[in-house]
Amino acid sequence: MVDTGSRDTSAPEGMQGFVADWSAERRVFNVPWGKAMMWLFILSDIFIFACFLVGYMVLRMSTVEPWPDASEVFALTVGGQSIPLLLIAIMTFILISSSGTMALAVKYGYEKNRGMTTVLLLLTALLGTLFVGMQAFEWYILINDGVRPWGNPWGAAQFGAVFFLITGFHGTHVTIGVIFILIMAVKVMRGSLDSQRPGFLTGRKGRYEMVETLGLYWHFVDLVWVFIFAFFYLW
Amino acid sequence: MAEPGRESVSYAPAGEFDDMELSHPKTFLGKYIWSQDAKVIAIQYGITAMAIGVVALVLSILMRLQLGFPGTFALIDPGSYLQYVTMHGMIMVVYLLTALFLGGFGNYLIPLMCGARDMAFPYLNMLSYWFYLVAVLILVASFFVPGGASGAGWTLYPPQAISPGTPGIDGGILLMFISLMVFIAGFTMGGLNYIVTVLQARARGMTLMRMPLTIWGIFMATVMALLAFPALLVAVLMMLFDMLLGTSFFMPAMLTLGEQSGHEGGSPLLYQHLFWFFGHPEVYIVALPAFGIVSDILATHARKNIFGYRMMVWAIIIIAVLSFVVWAHHMFVSGMNPYFGFLFATTTLIIAVPTAIKVYNWVLTLWRGNIRMTVPMLFAIGFIFTFVNGGLSGLYLGNVTVDVPLADTYFVVGHFHMVMAVAPVLVVFGAIYHWYPKMTGRMLNDTLGKIHFWITFLGSYAIFYPMHFLGFAGVPRRYYAYGETGYIAESAQALNAFMSVAAIIVALTQLLFFFNLVWSYYRGRESGPNPWQATTLEWQTEHTPPRHGNFGETLPVVYRWAYDFSVPGAKQDYLPQNMPPEAVEYEDGGRGGGSAASPDEVRP
Repeated sequence: MVDTGSRDTSAPEGMQGFVADWSAERRVFNVPWGKAMMWLFILSDIFIFACFLVGYMVLRMSTVEPWPDASEVFALTVGGQSIPLLLIAIMTFILISSSGTMALAVKYGYEKNRGMTTVLLLLTALLGTLFVGMQAFEWYILINDGVRPWGNPWGAAQFGAVFFLITGFHGTHVTIGVIFILIMAVKVMRGSLDSQRPGFLTGRKGRYEMVETLGLYWHFVDLVWVFIFAFFYLW
Repeated sequence: MAEPGRESVSYAPAGEFDDMELSHPKTFLGKYIWSQDAKVIAIQYGITAMAIGVVALVLSILMRLQLGFPGTFALIDPGSYLQYVTMHGMIMVVYLLTALFLGGFGNYLIPLMCGARDMAFPYLNMLSYWFYLVAVLILVASFFVPGGASGAGWTLYPPQAISPGTPGIDGGILLMFISLMVFIAGFTMGGLNYIVTVLQARARGMTLMRMPLTIWGIFMATVMALLAFPALLVAVLMMLFDMLLGTSFFMPAMLTLGEQSGHEGGSPLLYQHLFWFFGHPEVYIVALPAFGIVSDILATHARKNIFGYRMMVWAIIIIAVLSFVVWAHHMFVSGMNPYFGFLFATTTLIIAVPTAIKVYNWVLTLWRGNIRMTVPMLFAIGFIFTFVNGGLSGLYLGNVTVDVPLADTYFVVGHFHMVMAVAPVLVVFGAIYHWYPKMTGRMLNDTLGKIHFWITFLGSYAIFYPMHFLGFAGVPRRYYAYGETGYIAESAQALNAFMSVAAIIVALTQLLFFFNLVWSYYRGRESGPNPWQATTLEWQTEHTPPRHGNFGETLPVVYRWAYDFSVPGAKQDYLPQNMPPEAVEYEDGGRGGGSAASPDEVRP
């Protein structure tokens, strides 16, 4: 098993360390392969979301119709008072919190604490599900207000199209993440990672680094949400 | 078991990685169909890609029949002509060349040349192939749906791609979108594998600056593909929404066939930017593996080290980076801001510098080499010619003022067929002649190979060279027929007929190649493990073809770069990468001595 904690302390730092890493004769990154692969996947996925967001900006800037005002559209009426961005603030809070529980799950995973890891993974999955549920609720409100992919009552038709596409694509990412976190929780609970039991499909040995690899994906999905939140809800 | 640190000098037993997990199937199905062995997956990729490539070849012949002899063939109507154009382009660029270079040669060569047992994630690798196969089948299915395949042109520009009047808007374009998305998903799985394997699973002693250029080319192309395909995925997804849900990402308000389209405010230009952000790197995704492979073929068959190895590597990296900032040179006439044109023309022409470095280095590799005119060598030299020709016409098209009159003429068709169709395909052939002995243990027939080369090489000049003249004469591309077009000289038709005949001859010659592949598999001369006396690791395997796990009991240890040919003083004119310094025999009877620690030190 790879011990990611023990790094050769004599390895040069900074730029020289970078060069030493890349010109060394063996692995460039001193991490398990699964983790390196997840980094690369995230890099590729960043380009997908970047293309979505850039496309959104181009459409928003080139449209001649007014763009609906986010603070009015995404306001929630509580006790007769309209509070802008209330729902989305709660959703963001929940998703960011789930990153915290995920990070704790990784920590307990490396400590081989099966109980805590399972609980925290399940909590993360629960928070993720809550997020997706609230997103569905938000879609429900907007659809009730008359927002459609091809038009809306307030202005540029692209508003609905971009909204459903980007939040939908992100919501799909969250949903897939939740499914994998549940699978991982089951694996941790029955001890597959301790006994290095091969996976059902891939046949790869179970190891606790897998929790961290999955965590990377989850943090990435959260981070993307921050960008979507900033560009779509705050702009 | 502790994995060695980066700077550590102790190694795990036999250089094995704990992360490498091979599956050991027992059944025929597990070994050859649902195989997780990169070598089998490579051959699956190769056969599928060549099969779909033949479809695209037939489509091109149908186009040539119409252009050479307009109106003679009743089955070709304007609609189906456009479908042939579209499917030919898309298949050749994405489903043949990308899949064959990265899925085919990448899978076969990366683990073997890096000295790994297999790809990093064998299961994902297998899934990658099956996704690719499904993508191909969906694409082929689009020929058989009502309305037939899409006729939008391979660039699939909106609004016409999904507007009434374009062939295939009933189902063909839908299947095209789905097929592309499946392809991208599958490719991502494979691509992650290739990169992780190159970065993490190299054999002991194989530093990045000792890797064969083939691996460098495939590696950088894969990195580019992982960053470029997302743009295509997004573009395709948005257009799918425009088509199915009535959104207006790309669709402006317009009248089509007298009807309101129902869309408003979309930006067709946005699609073009997204598409070419994918499309231009795609050119180099196809070209970089070809660059790498051709470097190795030239060095091996000229018995000389590649000239300027470090510069070759850096040129590959610089080309890869630059190719992400040149995309809008495909859009000079699209109506984008003209200031962009200046910017992108500049970046485009800067790419000529690293590319020229590569061409000079190839020529200097040949200079005073002990050239063996084998079939792979012929194809490699042919590549240099076609690539230089295609590259020079690229200088015309890269400049805005010259491009504007030449845009959408046959000059463009001639240019990109020379530089990214014929040139990489010549490398594909060269690579197959070069590595076929390793894959099967038998040589391909030499005489058939030489006939194949000369007809293909000269034939493709006969087909594509005249296109440049047609372009200067102003003949537009993608036209079904020209009819009574006043400004096009009548002799253009004669030239078209000539090109069509040449195309048919070249296409038929490929049958010879396929026959050679099959015949040599059974009757070819036994090749032995290293028929070309090459230095790279794949030729040093215990068995030919290499068995499951590639290298037998122990993994090779690498002591030198990949180009130790004709080392001064050494008895043998090539030193395999895994030959220890003390095993080298010298002409003065000495042994061992000079250690080949870095490429700089082994340079003669």
